[in-house]
Amino acid sequence: MTAVPNVSVGSGAAGAAIFPDSDSRKYRYFEPRSKRATHYEDVTVDVQPDPERYLLQDWIISFPNGKGAYTKDNTAALSANWHAFRAPDQEWERTHYQRQSKIEAMVQAVIANGRKSGAPKSFDKAWIKILQNHLGAWKHVEFGLGTSLMQAQRYGYTQMINNATLTNSSYKLRLAQDITLYLAEIGMDVQGFDDAAGKRVWLEDKGWQGTREAIESIMGSADYLEQYFATNIVFEPLVGELFRSGFLMQTASSNGDFITPPVISAAEADYERNLANTIDLMHLLATDNQHAAHNKKLFQGWVNKHVALANKAAAGLQPIWSQPHSKPVQYADARAQSVERVKKILGELGLTLPKE
Amino acid sequence: MSGTLTLNKITAQRGISVGEAAKKIADLGWNPSYVQEAMTFPTDYKIAKAPKDPMKQVLRSYFPMQEEKDNRVYGALDAALRGDMFRNVEPRWVEWMKLFLAIIPFPEISAARSMAMVGRLAPGEDLRTGFTMQMVDEFRHSTIQMNLKKWYMENYIDPAGFDITEEAFGKCYATTIGRQFGEGFITGDAITSANVYLTVVAETAFTNTLFVAMPSEAARNGDYALPTVFLSVQSDESRHIGNGHSMLMSMLKELENHLLLERDMRYAFWQNHAIVDAAIGTFIEYGTTNRDKNKESYAEMWHRWIFEDYYRTYMLPLEKYGIKIHHDDVQTAWKRLTEKHYVHRVAQFFAVGWSANFWRIEAQTDKDFEWFEHKYPGWYAQFGEFWKWYEKLSHRGQTNILFNSDVGYVYPHRCWSCLVPCLIREDIVTDEIDGKLYTFAHEIDRWTAVEAFAGEYQGRPTPAMGRFSGRREWESVYHNVDIADAIKDLGFVRTDGKTLVAQPHLRFDEKEMWTLDDVRGHILKSPLLTLREMSPADREAHLADYRKGFTINPCN
Repeated sequence: MTAVPNVSVGSGAAGAAIFPDSDSRKYRYFEPRSKRATHYEDVTVDVQPDPERYLLQDWIISFPNGKGAYTKDNTAALSANWHAFRAPDQEWERTHYQRQSKIEAMVQAVIANGRKSGAPKSFDKAWIKILQNHLGAWKHVEFGLGTSLMQAQRYGYTQMINNATLTNSSYKLRLAQDITLYLAEIGMDVQGFDDAAGKRVWLEDKGWQGTREAIESIMGSADYLEQYFATNIVFEPLVGELFRSGFLMQTASSNGDFITPPVISAAEADYERNLANTIDLMHLLATDNQHAAHNKKLFQGWVNKHVALANKAAAGLQPIWSQPHSKPVQYADARAQSVERVKKILGELGLTLPKE
Repeated sequence: MSGTLTLNKITAQRGISVGEAAKKIADLGWNPSYVQEAMTFPTDYKIAKAPKDPMKQVLRSYFPMQEEKDNRVYGALDAALRGDMFRNVEPRWVEWMKLFLAIIPFPEISAARSMAMVGRLAPGEDLRTGFTMQMVDEFRHSTIQMNLKKWYMENYIDPAGFDITEEAFGKCYATTIGRQFGEGFITGDAITSANVYLTVVAETAFTNTLFVAMPSEAARNGDYALPTVFLSVQSDESRHIGNGHSMLMSMLKELENHLLLERDMRYAFWQNHAIVDAAIGTFIEYGTTNRDKNKESYAEMWHRWIFEDYYRTYMLPLEKYGIKIHHDDVQTAWKRLTEKHYVHRVAQFFAVGWSANFWRIEAQTDKDFEWFEHKYPGWYAQFGEFWKWYEKLSHRGQTNILFNSDVGYVYPHRCWSCLVPCLIREDIVTDEIDGKLYTFAHEIDRWTAVEAFAGEYQGRPTPAMGRFSGRREWESVYHNVDIADAIKDLGFVRTDGKTLVAQPHLRFDEKEMWTLDDVRGHILKSPLLTLREMSPADREAHLADYRKGFTINPCN
């Protein structure tokens, strides 16, 4: 059947007639960050409504305490304009799937090719134990952060904040699963590999309890912005990068393992994006024209709390650096680098690293 | 071919099974011992048994699958442009997409947010991946739909209305119904909203009409983009239905949940019917130009998907677990769609209010009349004259149909529960909440607002249950305001500052387009505030009269 248009101009196409706003081909209800709205802005801004913008009738269902679906007091931070934030990674569904899918393809190809060449069998024996116990424990760190951010994405005051938190959660949960399946697969090639050891270590090993406490403190926070802040501004540079880049990625190859670094490398690239998003949001709040002082004080409090936890976590992990046969990197060097990194991040926000 | 060497045989390596992978992933969780997670999402349900994941979901296969689905969608959109789709598209159809696509991205992203709620409340981590996938799916749906809308705005003859879409969503007398739907996913008791209302009822039952029936009608109107996007969206729904069912099975284990489940199934079914059928029924029946008598009407599709598939095979079996199912409600909904012409009354209401919306509504004509009468016997006697009036009054210089007393239409009361007006006049009921009078479209709507959304249900405390709040009756926002001033305040004016975004026709000619001056001089009234101002006797008389309905005068 061919549709026959029943209109005066015989076409439903742009430009078929000229009349008021026949050329109005841009969303005109929000201010783009730059001169022209990006695709990300077009598909993101104002989808989550706000009674202070366009929600004429206010929230029409409320919680028993009278609060509507989204309120500003889900965080202690304050903002003169919560809507100003745009995620620097400009992520929307298409870019998210493209990136996640490419990572999965890369990770699986690396693992499959490595296994085909029998690589796991030639990993150093001590290194295999490290992967089994410590990378096995680490997967729970990523999972904890992923579930914590999944919780946090319910509470932000705008679509931009919540979607950036959502993609962060998605990246973390993917990584947790990637590590889980990677260990299960190489475990099939290595005799005596105990796939359940990682969780035991995570729950019981003394060295890991500081990390577990740091993660559970983030998971247990009822302030969504504190969860996002603590994850990317504090825990990731002081513990996440320390363990992933400062240990696994640098130590693996000299112990015969060329598979683990690319599996983990995706996480570092994920973090660069999530860090950029978080810094941008926190910078807006720390320089807010009405609430900068309040926010900086609040953030410094979060820094003090979570840095103390992260320092304890890092110290607990220190002995792992001496466990491999080949030790191309020292804990002290890796730690110094991560302290430098966190100082730079905090410097961007005008915050200081508390003394140990 | 047996015995021959193949590449697969050379390269094959032992892997872990999907079941094994899902099991290992489910073991990623643990019970925190240093800091307990705050129970930030209140519920009155008790959930002790960990829900199982029958679908064995892992993210490793999820992301590539979704990317592939996306590639097909975006490829098809490009192809539609190359094929000059918009030259042949029916504007009557695309205009209704201004309303539909203004509404739907918010319920979608609300569903993403609600995964936080069920993710935290569900014991164990078996379903965590299912919830994660659904969270990312809903992020997909929300942004892919915003993208589709942008695409219409860029390529369709009249972009006005698409260009103010999310602002319009927050303000319009029609989108308020969609907001009730979306807010219902994230507010109040977390299980009521995120599990029963969203997943067990909206997704399991009503996405068929939303995401399958609508695309079929779009294709009949030369729109190949909507089916491409929405059938891809619908392909995610089966996983969500699985999540919802698994949670439901966990909750059924606790006898003390049964009363709440009965309440929530009743509320969710009725409200989904009232809202989704109002909107989607109108789009499908009134947004189309295709009057093929062999195609199913909305009511026929509803019978197949909601009555046969959902009610008979999903709701009814819950009885064996001891849940009371309100069979009468399903029958009542069916009667409202057939005998009581629910969808037609909604379309009539939307049309009466055209000047305060943000899309064009074209009159139905003889060809449409014949089809309606064939599918809904008795339709012409009730609605034929109205649509003739609508066509007649679509020309500038005529009095706006909303205020034209020659027509005989009586502006309806708004239902405080579903926010669709009380269109089946004889069913209107009133009741009080905290000493204030409200109107309801049906007794079940009254029950929803007064009995279900309360701090106690049948003697049982329900401290987590939500409340209906805000300025729910749209009309009260503009009580005693000139319609032209209201339209200006709403922002439903084109950028020349005078031409209305909405038009009661599809004539793309400036001379034919209504302006603020064409509608000025008529005052909007809130039916609810007016009713409250009446003496008790006058109120009773008014309601008795309202229940009798109205007669549209002959249009000559």
